[in-house]
Amino acid sequence: MTFDAFAMQAFNGLSLFTILVLMALGLAIVFGLMGVINMAHGELMALGAYMTYATSLFFRQYLPGFENVYFLVGILIAFLVTFVFGLLLERGLIRFLYKRPLDTMLATWGVSLVMQQAFRQIFGPKEVGVPTVSWLQGAWSPSFLPGSSFPLSRIFIIGLALVVGIALYFFLFRTRWGLRIRAVTQNRAMSGAAGIHTERVDALTFALGCGLAGIAGSSFTMLASTGPVTGQLYIVDTFIVVVFGGVESLLGTFLSAFIIGQAQSTFEYFMSGSMAKASILLLVIVALYFRPNGLFASKVRR
Amino acid sequence: MSKTSRRSFLKSSVIAAAAAAVPAPFIWPRGALAQNTVKVGILHSLTGTIAIAEASVVDAEKLAIEEINKSGGVNGMQIQTIVEDGASDWPTFAEKARKLLENDKVAAIFGCYTSASRKAVLPVMERYKGLLYYPTYYEGLEQSPNIMYTAQEGTQSAIASLDWLMKNKGKSFYLIGSDYIWPRTMNKIANLHLKKIGGSVVGESYYPLGSIEFASEINKIKSAKPDVIWSTVVGGSNVAFYKQLNAAGITGKNQALCAMAVSEEEASGIGPENLEGFMSCMGYFQSLKNPANEKFVKAFKAKYGPNRVVGDTMECGYISVYLWKLAAEKAKSFEVQKVVDASSDLGMDAPEGNIKFHKTNHHLWKHARIGTFRKDGQIDMIYESPLIEPNPFPKF
Repeated sequence: MTFDAFAMQAFNGLSLFTILVLMALGLAIVFGLMGVINMAHGELMALGAYMTYATSLFFRQYLPGFENVYFLVGILIAFLVTFVFGLLLERGLIRFLYKRPLDTMLATWGVSLVMQQAFRQIFGPKEVGVPTVSWLQGAWSPSFLPGSSFPLSRIFIIGLALVVGIALYFFLFRTRWGLRIRAVTQNRAMSGAAGIHTERVDALTFALGCGLAGIAGSSFTMLASTGPVTGQLYIVDTFIVVVFGGVESLLGTFLSAFIIGQAQSTFEYFMSGSMAKASILLLVIVALYFRPNGLFASKVRR
Repeated sequence: MSKTSRRSFLKSSVIAAAAAAVPAPFIWPRGALAQNTVKVGILHSLTGTIAIAEASVVDAEKLAIEEINKSGGVNGMQIQTIVEDGASDWPTFAEKARKLLENDKVAAIFGCYTSASRKAVLPVMERYKGLLYYPTYYEGLEQSPNIMYTAQEGTQSAIASLDWLMKNKGKSFYLIGSDYIWPRTMNKIANLHLKKIGGSVVGESYYPLGSIEFASEINKIKSAKPDVIWSTVVGGSNVAFYKQLNAAGITGKNQALCAMAVSEEEASGIGPENLEGFMSCMGYFQSLKNPANEKFVKAFKAKYGPNRVVGDTMECGYISVYLWKLAAEKAKSFEVQKVVDASSDLGMDAPEGNIKFHKTNHHLWKHARIGTFRKDGQIDMIYESPLIEPNPFPKF
């Protein structure tokens, strides 16, 4: 392995880490903090991707001079739409099922099927082409590493994951709303008694998780496909990251994404893609065997 | 919300979800039919993951049936079409095939896309003595008395493309594919054939269906520096593969790449800018210049809209219906055995050129074609093989 190849592998690992973080943060909030197993998380990402596509169409049609900035607007719209969708989903369905986790799983799986078919009816069964804006096309080849190239789209995603991660940290740990969310997560009855409107907190938390899925889906349009079943491509990895990291720990999600991202890109370099994937799953199974609650299970009194 | 209204809300949403999940068969209006009709079935996925590839094949098959009905039908009979949805689920395919044969007594079925769905339908076809026209390029290694295969089997595209690429693009090949039977078989053929003609395989890799992460693979390709990348990646993975190749600076300008499973149809989802200059190997391109093809493309666009494109599988679906018509007319019967016998050596002037069925093995003599992607997602042909004999059970 040359130094160039090594540098690019390190970058690939970093890139995969941030991709997994973006995928998993929303689910970590919904699944980890609220205990809702949201099988429609992948479809929410697909919804975000489709919203970006719709934005690109709108800009091409009505604002042809501003096509270069459509992507940033697209991310924002993807967040808002999935946020509102999540709010409606929580109010309309999820809140009746908080005490029945298995039913939530079935219900959200049903939602995912309905959403897939809805995408198929509205946008057609084919994948749609979401154009990558010109300033994110191509790659950056630094002069000190002449043989290497770092795709700009991946650099953007790394930055986006950083921004989202920091924003989420401040929201959860430095605002009143974050305080309420953490309080309700830790002890619902006590928080209710202390005057926190727990239902409203639930709705907001769920919607926030969905909105993060929207951001992830939107940014992945640069790397992968946007089609009715796109969500299915993300959902398994997402769950693996969250479960491996420990369901109740956001920090765990970050570290688990880092370990899986680095391991996967390293394995992929030395073996076939399928074998790399199988090895990762094996690794996760072994780890969960010794630490059934994930790597970083938080010690909460029940 | 009170308890009762909550329950009734839940009930109604369950009913709504159930209604959305149950696919209804789409039956053409009965009133419009003349008395002398012959029934045929169309069995593809209109819902579920594979609908992405199959839904448009249904469009092409319906177009052929409509044209045939307009020009007087088959053996004086109008064709009545029964469309069933296989829903991307293999047991459903088998069940619907049984329904079409047993209840509807169809004379022929046009359908299936994945090999898995065909394998599920095969025992049903043999048991109920049905007749299936299968319009998708596939790995070969099959020959049922009750199936006619109207697309390329593995060797027909693999060997021709490898020979041409060896001669024109270089000796070292990097094989990359999705991880299931078709790419694995194609690469087996490629390994054996390249050894025979003096080429080398500098890398071979498989990714699970639906993989979206190719960065490490691209890094490997860069280190291996192959003359040609030979790709059997399929489906949604293709979008990720080409977008990431492009972002890593591997484009049609600096690297020869031949895709074995990307037709004009997939191009818009991948983004034609990511494909420009890369090669595709297929039996058919929309841009072929001949009267039969120009008529087909024009009729398709007139029926379904000017923005629609046509790909290999759609063309194969379209000619399947015509091949069945010709065989039934030659046999003067709709009986399966007679139609199959009449298909031996049966040829037609198809959009993809003059083709004909093999004397015995139920596959078509076909051309293999290589073309380069243009900026608009269409493909310019650069090589056309002579008619290639189908060889579903190759020996090396």
